[in-house]
Amino acid sequence: MKQKLRQYKAWLYLLPAILFLGVFMVYPLIDVIIYSFEEGFNFVTRTSQGTGLFNYSYVLHDPYFVQALKNTFLIVIITVPLSTGFALLLSLALTSIKPLRNLYQTVYFLPYVTNTLAVGLVFMVLFKKTAYTDGMVNLLLNAFGAPSVDFIDGPYWAKMLVMCIYTVWVVLPFKVLILTSALASVNPDYYKAARVDGTRPSRIFFRITLPMISPMLFYLVITGFIGAFKAYSDEVALFGTDLNAAGMNTMVGYVYDMLYGASGGYPSYASAAALLLFLIVLTITCINLMVSRRSVHY
Amino acid sequence: MATENATFSGKATTDFSEKTKRRRFIRQGFLYLFLTLWAIAVLFPFYWMILTSFKSQASYNSEQRPKFYVSAPTTENYSEAFTAVPLARYFGNTLIYTVVTTGLMMIVILLAAFAFARLQFRGKNLLFTLFLSLMMIPNELVIITNYVTITQWNLRNSFPGLILPSVTSVFYIYLLKETFEQIPDELYKAAKVDGTSDFKYLRRVMIPIARPTLVTIAILKVIECWNSYVWPRLITDKAEYFLVSNGIQEIREHGFGRDNIPAMMAAVVVISIPLILLFLIFRNKIMEGVSRGGTKA
Repeated sequence: MKQKLRQYKAWLYLLPAILFLGVFMVYPLIDVIIYSFEEGFNFVTRTSQGTGLFNYSYVLHDPYFVQALKNTFLIVIITVPLSTGFALLLSLALTSIKPLRNLYQTVYFLPYVTNTLAVGLVFMVLFKKTAYTDGMVNLLLNAFGAPSVDFIDGPYWAKMLVMCIYTVWVVLPFKVLILTSALASVNPDYYKAARVDGTRPSRIFFRITLPMISPMLFYLVITGFIGAFKAYSDEVALFGTDLNAAGMNTMVGYVYDMLYGASGGYPSYASAAALLLFLIVLTITCINLMVSRRSVHY
Repeated sequence: MATENATFSGKATTDFSEKTKRRRFIRQGFLYLFLTLWAIAVLFPFYWMILTSFKSQASYNSEQRPKFYVSAPTTENYSEAFTAVPLARYFGNTLIYTVVTTGLMMIVILLAAFAFARLQFRGKNLLFTLFLSLMMIPNELVIITNYVTITQWNLRNSFPGLILPSVTSVFYIYLLKETFEQIPDELYKAAKVDGTSDFKYLRRVMIPIARPTLVTIAILKVIECWNSYVWPRLITDKAEYFLVSNGIQEIREHGFGRDNIPAMMAAVVVISIPLILLFLIFRNKIMEGVSRGGTKA
């Protein structure tokens, strides 16, 4: 009897968590799959005209989705290697200095705690060309003899460039933090042994440092891929809420635009697009994990 | 590369010649140069927003080449930011949203983590595995149905609608359970012998011991809430319920007359200050917490 009572009590403690997770995670997960196969789903009457793959085919043939797919892949391919490599350089430099190290670390972490929407606005001001002024960045370009470019409303490559710069700026704090603590946790005995043997610094880096931090590096690559595939608010911060008009939409942005706003009201299309995104991320993560099994030293 | 430097400064170099010493000195110089350049890149947007927020609109617009200093600083942009758009309202909303969400989440995860760490019941391992597998589910996937659910409950443009979907976090339950499990089981047994109830034990023993982790979780959640944009945007379309992120977007697209950049920058400064203060106060806690498992949401 007492045993039974204790059982109930445990479930009572878990009740809030189970309730919230059930309503806002498990049920939606099943629901979104159903939505994505229901054709012509009506929001108000909650009825559909049948099931099938039409939603997927619609999404895949939608030029906005293709554009979003292209943008997202570009952001991923450019920013993940760039930010990870740059973070590694910064962390190596950070671990090689003593005075002021804390100060630099604090400064580098600052973007993590700021509102991306708010700082995005500042980036927009820095890069934007208006009737009054060419903007801070163009001033810098002109100083090097380059002509002014409108980075916010101008050519595609310019917009993509700002996008990537801002993304790197935003994701770097996390990477630098993880890598500096990974570097600090490498056993100093290895370095001592290498020093005694007179090993060259580059060899020390490739044979000791890199293998020792490779698990963390890989963790960053995987989370970097996932995060970059979900890029959205940074784009809104720079180019405004109508990303389709700016030609800078991302896959997550496409999902939300299908759901809500001027172009919204199509949960079926949104669900199909969200599931496609999930499948892509899952595939890439699996490939990443397979590669890591070969090359990461645990 | 440069890593061995940290571990081998001092002793090893003493037997080397002046030349090696000078080379080391030059290399350190380059390192500092590199680090400083990036520090400037990080700080420059902050400098620019503060600087611009003190320029008057007229002087900003007349600067064909933006100036790096402000000749006649003015605070009119700040009063403009609070009067022309309901910035104080956005601020208050965000505060309510952040405090209530974080508070409720702490209760939910405390109870769940306690049950997983200390209580015995059938199906515990299975349930915990199910919980963990939920960590793989991206928010983007469930947000669609949640949007429909909240709309059907008539909770759009309301605080419950904003708050309810984000009061649980599987990851934080996991983190807290790990912390709870490090507390010696003997304490629990002793309390049981004394006839202390489970709830009282949780409150009097577990929570005080696990306080560092709890504070870390709370701070990370506060940061997440303060910066959340997507869900509030979906669920609110009346300005009375906007959070700061949506407010800033609204300001950008409709507020101040679009060209009043200095007023926008004043709003941006005001929005950024609370988190930067929080960061400067809890610097170590935040950085430690993030490296233990935060990702940029």
